[in-house]
Amino acid sequence: MVVYGVALLSACLVVGMLIGEALGVWLQVEANVGGVGIAMLFLVFASNSSRFKSLVEGASGRGIEFWSAMYIPIVVAMAARQNVVAAFEGGITAIVAGVVAVTVSFALVPLLSRIGTKSVKENKEVDI
Amino acid sequence: MDIIETVFIRNSLLVAFAVVGLTLWVSYLIADRFTHGRIHGSAIAITLGLVAAYFGGKLTGGNNGVADLTLLGGVGLMGGGMMRDFAIVATAFGVKLEELKKAGLAGVVSIFAGVVLSFIVGALVAIAYGYSDPVDITTIGAGAVTYIVGPVTGSALGASSEIIALSVAAGLVKSILVMIGTPIIAKHIGLNNPQSAMVFGGLMGTTSGVAAGLAATDPKLVPYGAMTATFYTGLGCLLGPSILFFIVRAFV
Repeated sequence: MVVYGVALLSACLVVGMLIGEALGVWLQVEANVGGVGIAMLFLVFASNSSRFKSLVEGASGRGIEFWSAMYIPIVVAMAARQNVVAAFEGGITAIVAGVVAVTVSFALVPLLSRIGTKSVKENKEVDI
Repeated sequence: MDIIETVFIRNSLLVAFAVVGLTLWVSYLIADRFTHGRIHGSAIAITLGLVAAYFGGKLTGGNNGVADLTLLGGVGLMGGGMMRDFAIVATAFGVKLEELKKAGLAGVVSIFAGVVLSFIVGALVAIAYGYSDPVDITTIGAGAVTYIVGPVTGSALGASSEIIALSVAAGLVKSILVMIGTPIIAKHIGLNNPQSAMVFGGLMGTTSGVAAGLAATDPKLVPYGAMTATFYTGLGCLLGPSILFFIVRAFV
């Protein structure tokens, strides 16, 4: 049933949020510490475990896939409800942050690719 | 006019679904016709969303963009924190842990390096432009990770809508730049094999940016880049409102 998947997804998010809130209280910050990320981990483990098979396969899985596919439309709605007028003044900050982040990341690609190929070569040498 | 208002308000969420759906349709049409898929439709749609929010704010003088317009109140519900977190968590569905093993050490290192590096850059830029509240700095830094990690981090920490809008914009600039820049820069950074494509996906992380950028470079590389990129947003949502925030708070 479609609702089983939706229920699993909801449970992952609610439990993740609870842990995030609890972490916030424990660490004495007024924040939900990593709740969404924790919920994602739960869902990854659930969808990779055989125990939850009936909740993630077939119709149940389609219940989760639907919400996954609604991600971009919901992000568009989220963008449309922000206080963009107030953010306009700080717009240059956003542009600079985006541009510099991309530039630095581009520069790192050849560096990290090399780490990879080096380890592959080493493995080959061991094989020989 | 009265009738329209009554029906639209009573069914506000459905109106939002229809309006957002129409926006996406127009955006994908623009992406297809005028950019030949070089800029992903999703980026155009999010841009339209931000532009609409600007005019919504100007018209109403409110803080909630388009959602302050009586007829479009449902956009506030559709784009609210609960729905957003729900949909984001759903994207983790179908992620195979074996894929991460396939990506290897370089892939995993690149995901961590990508998230932390983009965050540091974004945070430093925020500080340079005079932001001093650790919540603001963390949210803008998280926005430089992706346009999702920014709002998720911002609402977890209680940032203002204005700062969250900035973080979306930062992530959007990054995403569009990756789409346009990748085919231009590909040769210079050795982006021509599955290994470097996985590293690239892990470092950039913006799934739409990586997918569109690699498609314009070499369509065969798309699945490799997308594979690591899917882990990136999850890691960002995990680290942003936790470790990264604590680090910022310790320094500021």
